[in-house]
Amino acid sequence: MSNHKESDGNTSRRRFLKEAGAAVVGLSWGLPVLSAGCRAAAQESSAKVPGKQWAMVVDMEKCRREGVRQAAIEACDRAHNIPHIPDSDDEVKWVWTTEFQHAFPEDVHERTPAAQREAPVLVMCNHCTDPACVKVCPTKATWKRESDGIVMIDMHRCIGCRYCMAACPYGARSFNWRDPRPYVETDANGDYYSDYPTRARGVVEKCDFCAERLRDGQLPACVEAVAKVAGGAGALTFGDVTDADSAVSRLLRERETIVRRPELGTGPNVYYIV
Amino acid sequence: MRDRKWIIAGLAVFCVVVLFPVWYGFTTRGEAAPPDVVLPTNEKSCVEPTEWMIANHPTLLNEWRNAVIRDGRTEYVSSTGVTYTMSFTGTCLGCHPTRATFCQRCHDYADVQPTCWDCHVEPQGK
Repeated sequence: MSNHKESDGNTSRRRFLKEAGAAVVGLSWGLPVLSAGCRAAAQESSAKVPGKQWAMVVDMEKCRREGVRQAAIEACDRAHNIPHIPDSDDEVKWVWTTEFQHAFPEDVHERTPAAQREAPVLVMCNHCTDPACVKVCPTKATWKRESDGIVMIDMHRCIGCRYCMAACPYGARSFNWRDPRPYVETDANGDYYSDYPTRARGVVEKCDFCAERLRDGQLPACVEAVAKVAGGAGALTFGDVTDADSAVSRLLRERETIVRRPELGTGPNVYYIV
Repeated sequence: MRDRKWIIAGLAVFCVVVLFPVWYGFTTRGEAAPPDVVLPTNEKSCVEPTEWMIANHPTLLNEWRNAVIRDGRTEYVSSTGVTYTMSFTGTCLGCHPTRATFCQRCHDYADVQPTCWDCHVEPQGK
């Protein structure tokens, strides 16, 4: 009886080891094949639905005019109730001016003339095709919108961890270190220029390509504003880059354009005409 | 046993005080006056029936926000089949422009302090 039991135990143990071995071999072959299959399927499905991708083309030459840049920045500040905080450590900016050497560090060398190095460039969120900020957000408060490619922020959901600010290679995001309301510009009656919500202390914000204006069929505030100032026509062009007939696509075909830090692989959607 | 009367009197006072919410409820009649909210005159009905809105407006607002900013949708079809634009500033505040006489009266009554107005700009009677 005891013998019988023992042999029973042995056979089942042997069988278990055999099957376990087979399973390990099977998985080591099967899993990579399966995951490759899933990846291919996923890529195929995303390729099948070509979402819109809003993009901006900045004419660097035209944006060298102080008045043009100022018009863009002021229109944005007013459209989004952006606070003017005097302490630059706490400042909030959606679209701003920086020097060429900082915007395009890989396009200058030690003998680049100072005039080119220090030339003013209008910069903003690049609404990257593969945004680093979105990958690091722990709450999905920022995401790339599939319908139009805008990198959005839900201020309600942002917990203010600032991972996205660390991840963004363009410094496009600002943190509200304090309540912005006292610093928001108001008109003569003390009213805000826009009904766009002000933000709260502790959230991150940035350019959203004027998603709220696009929804109503309007162009972004900066694009509209520069077209109205002297020499500003065509300084900023906005459109769908996936549409071959859009003004943006045409410019990208016909003019020599660059993007910021292309080597990082983020795929910026703000282009600069050299 | 000499202090019996004091003990009984003390217990009686204690019970009366502790059970205040119970006996006060029995002695006063009717309900507390409902909040006196000022309703809009330009529309007859809200996007959903009033009763439902009273109970569920925070949920509706969250759904609208997610639909608009995440999915890029703008139109809401109500249970009564009417299409509305999903916009807090446009649609909701379009009819309810005064926070003090609408939102605040009910929120004070219910003793809730939502943070909407920390960021959203109150219409300024334009």
